[in-house]
Amino acid sequence: MIEPEPIIGRYLTVQVSGRGHRLYFEEAGQGCPLLCLHTAGAHSSQFRHLMCDAAVTDRFRVVAFDMPWHGKSNPPAGWQTEEYRLTSRFYVDIIMAFIDALGLERPVVMGCSMGGRVVIRLARLHGGRLGGVIGLEGSDTPEPWYDSSWTEHPSFDTGPFCSALVSGLCAPQSPPEYRAETLWHYHQGAAGVFRGDMHFFRTEESEFVDDTGTIDTDSCPVWLMTGAYDYSCTPEATRRTAARIPGAGTVIMDDLGHFPMSENPALFRGYLLPVLENILERR
Amino acid sequence: MSDVGRVLAQLASRVNADAALVHSGRRASLAFLLEAGDRPFLIVLERGRITEVAEGPFVMRSWSFAIRAPERAWREFARPYPAPGYHDIFAMNRFGHCRIEGDTDMLLTHLPHVKAVLSRMRGEAS
Repeated sequence: MIEPEPIIGRYLTVQVSGRGHRLYFEEAGQGCPLLCLHTAGAHSSQFRHLMCDAAVTDRFRVVAFDMPWHGKSNPPAGWQTEEYRLTSRFYVDIIMAFIDALGLERPVVMGCSMGGRVVIRLARLHGGRLGGVIGLEGSDTPEPWYDSSWTEHPSFDTGPFCSALVSGLCAPQSPPEYRAETLWHYHQGAAGVFRGDMHFFRTEESEFVDDTGTIDTDSCPVWLMTGAYDYSCTPEATRRTAARIPGAGTVIMDDLGHFPMSENPALFRGYLLPVLENILERR
Repeated sequence: MSDVGRVLAQLASRVNADAALVHSGRRASLAFLLEAGDRPFLIVLERGRITEVAEGPFVMRSWSFAIRAPERAWREFARPYPAPGYHDIFAMNRFGHCRIEGDTDMLLTHLPHVKAVLSRMRGEAS
């Protein structure tokens, strides 16, 4: 017998915008809910290391779901007649629908990249229902680093291209095995899904600068954690965002890139554990 | 010969000796320019293999796209653990350490292989 990992995977269907969305989610641990949101074009496996870390799962119920169209979650019925384009409203609504579906009480929501941006919106719109947010590689405004025409290039529909587009976002110090696993998630994405996520991430859909200053960090603590090697959400963009949110904490993580939880989990936990501790103390 | 010239002189053998890399890049046949300061280097790929690395000046030779950076930027790029901002051509472009110009359609079409080839300037798999 080989002892399985402690991660359990299940499915549920939530209703958002009048449509059913069958979602796959994984979880491990007990305690304060910690909901994790994956990056664009990827899926919840990015958080597998966190779910196997007893220092986290002893005190947190770590939950991560695959967004519709991603991983093992379905696209909605009728997907073949539409183009996937993620909007800010749908993103917020499906996260809150998932929180309600599982009955998570004041969850801490930790998202990476586009997940790191939407948590800032969540804190603004639903902060009173949350126990805090952690934006990994997160900022409150799009800063495109390649021309928008690229998303219409035929290569953008292929896994190897998406993987190569983001490969440099991993820090060179990250273990080759975990860098490669992080990029494998991009090989796995269905054609058009990464582009659909970019509709949120690269456009005014995720332009939140105007009211991030009104987030109440007393009721919903905000932490922004960014890798020094991230040139998508740069440390500077993170600092600028944090400066607009009174009471927000910032951590710049040396030797890490855009995917801290999956590219170098051993290094990342050293940065994350004190932040989780802080959020528990303020709960 | 400068550091960058020395690195590029080894690039063909490093790439061509890696059968898996050559195989995954077998659809890539193109020429691009890598400019280090005022020194242009032409890198020619045929079916994934590097068939030529030539230093200019050239007399109207053809290439699809150019990556232009100061020599010191390429030297940093070629280190095993480059400083943040120098660790990837898109990072260098984002922070103004290089300019990527020309027919980017070819770059996008063959991006996985081009990036894999350039990573061999570090002399390590990635």
